[in-house]
Formats: sequence, C-alpha cells, structure tokens
Amino acid sequence: METPLTRNILPGEKPPDLAQYEKSGGYAALREALRMSPDDIMEEVKEANLRGRGGAGFPTAKKWSFVPMGEDAPHPKYLICNADEMEPGTFKDRLLLEGDPHQLLEGMIISGYAIQADIGYIFLRWAYKLAAERLEQAIGEAYRQGYLGRNILGSEYSLELHLHVSAGRYMCGEETALLNALEGKRANPRAKPPYPQVSGLWGKPTVVNNVETLCNVPHIVNHGAAWFKSLSRSGDGGTKLYGVSGRVKKPGLWELPMGTPIRQILEEHAGGMRDGYRFRGLLPGGASTDFLVSDHLDTAMDFESMQAAGSRLGTGTMIILDDRTCPVGMLRNLEHFFAQESCGWCTPCWSGLSWVEQILQGLEEGEGQASDLERLQAHARLLGPGHTFCALAPGAAEPLQSGLKYFRDDFERHVQEKRCPWR
Amino acid sequence: MLSEQERKEIEAHSRHYPNNRSACIEALKIVQRYRGWVSDEGIKDVADVLQMTPAELEGIATFYNMIFRKPVGRHVILLCDSVSCWIMGYERMRGHLHARLGIGLGETSADGCFTLLPNVCLGACDHAPVMMIGDTLHQDLDPARLDEIIDWHAKHFFLQEEKKEKKEAADGNTSDP
Ligand SMILES: Cc1cc2nc3c(=O)[nH]c(=O)nc-3n(C[C@H](O)[C@H](O)[C@H](O)COP(=O)(O)O)c2cc1C
Ligand code: SF4
Ligand code: FES
Repeated sequence: METPLTRNILPGEKPPDLAQYEKSGGYAALREALRMSPDDIMEEVKEANLRGRGGAGFPTAKKWSFVPMGEDAPHPKYLICNADEMEPGTFKDRLLLEGDPHQLLEGMIISGYAIQADIGYIFLRWAYKLAAERLEQAIGEAYRQGYLGRNILGSEYSLELHLHVSAGRYMCGEETALLNALEGKRANPRAKPPYPQVSGLWGKPTVVNNVETLCNVPHIVNHGAAWFKSLSRSGDGGTKLYGVSGRVKKPGLWELPMGTPIRQILEEHAGGMRDGYRFRGLLPGGASTDFLVSDHLDTAMDFESMQAAGSRLGTGTMIILDDRTCPVGMLRNLEHFFAQESCGWCTPCWSGLSWVEQILQGLEEGEGQASDLERLQAHARLLGPGHTFCALAPGAAEPLQSGLKYFRDDFERHVQEKRCPWR
Repeated sequence: MLSEQERKEIEAHSRHYPNNRSACIEALKIVQRYRGWVSDEGIKDVADVLQMTPAELEGIATFYNMIFRKPVGRHVILLCDSVSCWIMGYERMRGHLHARLGIGLGETSADGCFTLLPNVCLGACDHAPVMMIGDTLHQDLDPARLDEIIDWHAKHFFLQEEKKEKKEAADGNTSDP
C-alpha cells in the first residue's frame, strides 16, 4: 500500500530538511511542473480527481479553473494555504505541517505556478507552534535554494511566500473570512459572488486550498493521474488521512486509500473500542458532520458514500461516541462550540445557537420539557443550508439533527427522569 | 509608547503585507508577548504606529481569542474543552485544576502564577485530554500528569520571583547608599 503523503513522516522524528527532502525525490515534481504548461498541470490534477480535503470536497482543478489567466489577468494573484485547522476533532493537517513542511511548500509552488500566482500565504493557526517554527525554517531553505523567489530554478516563474499566524477564531477557516483576517480585519465572511478566484485577497484573484489538498499535488505531477486514481478504493483519487479519537484502544491518524470503510479504520487501525466500552455512534469528519451509527460501519469513507449515508466525509477525522458518554452532553459540548464561535452576522446563527445551547443545557440539568425536542428540531431546520451567510450554522445543524434522530430515546430519558442518566 | 524592540518587530513583520493594517493582528501579538496582555494603552500604541483608529483596532482585538484584553498570570493554561477532550475527561481535568489552584475558568491565581482558560480543540484529539502552557502542548493528561506539570511551572515561577526580589533588593542597595 502506497502512502505518498506520509512517506517522509516518522513519529517522533524531526521532519526532513531540504537536503533530505531532495534525497527522497523532493522538488523533482517542481522541476517537472516548470517544464509543463499551467494548463497541463490543471489537466493532470483534473484527471486525477483530486477533491479538496478542507471539508467540502470541491474538485481542486475546477476551483483553479475559475482564476483569470493570460496576459490580461489582474495581478498579483494569490494562493493561500488554509492551515487554520480549528474544527473540533480534527488533527490531520498538523501532521503534514510538522512532519514534512517541504512537501507542502512544493505543493504550493506547483499549484501557484498552475494558476500563475505571484504571492502565497500560509494561514496557520496560532496553536501550531512547532509547525510555525518548521515552516519558517523550510521557507528560508527553499528561498536560499532558488525554489522560491524570483525566476524559480531559472524559469520565468516567480513566487513570494509568507507565513501568517492567526490569532484564533474558528471562523478564520472559512475561506472568505480568512481573506478578511489576512487583510487585518474581523473574520466575517464575504458575500459570494464575487468568488475569491476572481476577486479575493485585496480584490485580486485568489485560490484557497487546504494543506492536505496541496500536499497531494507534487505526487500527481510525479506519478500521473492514473497512478493517483489507482491509490483510491473509490471514484475520488488518492489516499486520505483518517483519524480516530474517543474511547478506542489506539486513537491516531493513518494514511489509507480513499474510500476505506469505517469499520476497517476503527477496528484494524484504532484497535476497536476500549475494554468496557461499546460503540454507539460517530461523527465521521469532525464536529460539523452528521452522526452515523452501527448500521453504517461498512460505509466507505469517501465523499459520495458518506453523503449517501446521510453525513459528510468532512475532514475524515472521526470522533467516536461510546455507551458511557451521554449523547445529549456531547451535543451540548458541540453546540456550545458553535455558539461561541459564531461571528454574530446572521440571526438564525448567533441567536439560534445560543438557544440550542440553553435547551441542551436545560436537558442536562434536569429541567428539560417534552416540547424541547420539537424546539431543537425546529432550530436545526433554521440553522440548515440557505438561511445563513456561511457554512458554520449548517455545520452546527448536522450533528444536532442527526443526534435527535439516532439518540431520541436518550433525549426522552433526560426529560422523563428529570436528570442526565449518565451523571 | 512602543519600545524600540516592539517597533522593530512590528516593522519587520509589516514587510509581509502590502499595507500596514494587515500587520495589526501580528502587532497586537507582539505587544502581548512583551507585556503579557494588551491594555488600552497597548491598543493606542499599535493604532498609532499602523495609522488606524484605536476604536477600529479595539474591534479587531476583541474578535480574536488569543489577544488578551485583561491581565493574565505568568503562565496561561489553555485547557481544551472541545468534543474529544470532553469525552476523554475534560471535566475531571478542570475539576482537578480548580481544586489544585483554587481558580475557575477565566481566573488568575492569587500569586499571579496561573491563569486558567478554556480553549477550543488544539488539534491533538488523539491524545485527549490536552492543554497548552506557553508554547508547549501537554497531552494524554490525567490528574497525576497535571500535578507534575503544575509543580514544575510553580517552582519555576517561584525561583524567578525570588531572583527578581533579590535583584530589586540589590539594585535598591546601590542606588540608596
Ligand atoms: C466555519 C468554517 C471553518 C472552516 N475551517 C477550515 C479549516 O480550518 N481548514 C480548511 O482547510 N478549511 C476550512 N473550511 C473550509 C474552507 O472554507 C474551504 O472550503 C477550504 O479551505 C477549501 O480548501 P479545499 O478546496 O482544498 O478543500 C472551513 C469552513 C467553514 C464554514
Ligand atoms: S452563519 Fe454564523 S458564523 Fe456564518 S456568517 Fe452567519 S453568524 Fe457568522
Ligand atoms: S478536542 Fe481537544 S484537542 Fe481536539
């Protein structure tokens, strides 16, 4: 089984420096890419079926294709790496940032070339201190070696790259809010259209891609689209970083073929449930995905299968609910997060989420009423797609609506027993 | 007034952006690194150098979680309260810290050594429960690990305070013959 993304990453070891990275074949893809035309690269990435790993699964080449190209295109154009990773339960980009920073840089330079970007930013969350240090070092090395800066490797292509360390707010990960944050403003999202590809950072064409998405690009250039597709067990190309947290024997993160079934990840890799705990459900791809339950364990972890099962692949890092954890308490924790991180722009979001949090708190504290379930249901609908400005509120609705569906008995027990049965 | 060092760092950082204002979040972080938190005076200092109004900068400072607008202790404990850590024992860790330090969330210990703050997911959910102090991530916490970490920081703090006192006493002696 091939694991291109993590091939240089050894647990507990330092990341490869420039020389080591080159020795393992690093920056060969960049040399190759600079011999290709931007169009050819876009075509290869399209053919590879690379879909964005930031949560929404948007086809990467298609996203790039909206950037104005050619002589008349406005400049500077920007490429931004979204390394904000603040979705609760998600810890995949950290590994790539800390474990192989040059892989990300190479992915950014090639992707930058494909859209003819002039300037790149890595938008990094403040908590990733080790990643910041290692990225700074790698950026310095890449400049000294001529992989960044003017006329990269004697080509006509130039790219400046900067690291921006954020000051912390979940909203910053939303791509248009991220643009505001980079411009030194509050991280409220922007109306779309115009799309960032046309009018993004400082009004210039901008592409925002996730860390894991960008890290795949050098491998596609090196080995081709057919190879990339062959890594996957589904129609989407490549491998995927899958994570498991919660009461399993071996929580962790693994690079596996895209489309690996939940059960295999949970049992073979995470070692199954800890002794004394039974599986009740999971959020497959971070806090803002719908719950799945034991009926779904044989579902493949890819974009389409997850959607067919009523959830989303999201970030691919699953959170396990066990039988000794209260589902209502878990939802209260999740909705508290969303309520706290709401930017306050739209009423259904900031006001709705604080209501939801209060109702869940009431249930946990034994003050629940039979009507609470209907009220929660109504709020879940209002938070859903189409009522708000960005995807934070619909994200908050996902675990809520599915939690109400799969754990209805548990909600009812809270009302009937006038307490949380788990406390 | 900004110190020479603060001003230098802010200027160095501004080079990464086409205009000054984009550097404002980093500038606030620089001031916070030297002063522990960002006071009204800190806001004014940064606003002046970036040619923004203090009100504008204030709106930005309060938006971001990692800009402290109130004084904090020497060591800020950021305890992850997000979902995986909650499942794996966040409440127990919070209770232990509360008992051990005599402070709740958002409070600072009487000696000024620790401030305890809840924090969203720290991206180490496979090692839950976790917390950060300074630049260091502490993973796989349990009460015994917590005690060890707290003891280490408290000792460190105590030794530094002692050194500071001695130095002050010594300085006092020379200037006051
Ligand atoms: C509230 C919110 C937070 C988000 N946080 C992140 C994040 O931390 N990292 C990320 O890559 N994408 C995040 N996204 C998704 C981005 O908006 C965007 O879709 C993604 O960065 C695109 O990258 P991709 O096309 O490579 O997947 C977030 C979206 C929302 C609505
Ligand atoms: S949905 Fe929530 S987070 Fe998104 S813009 Fe509206 S208020 Fe802000
Ligand atoms: S939930 Fe605590 S580190 Fe992710």
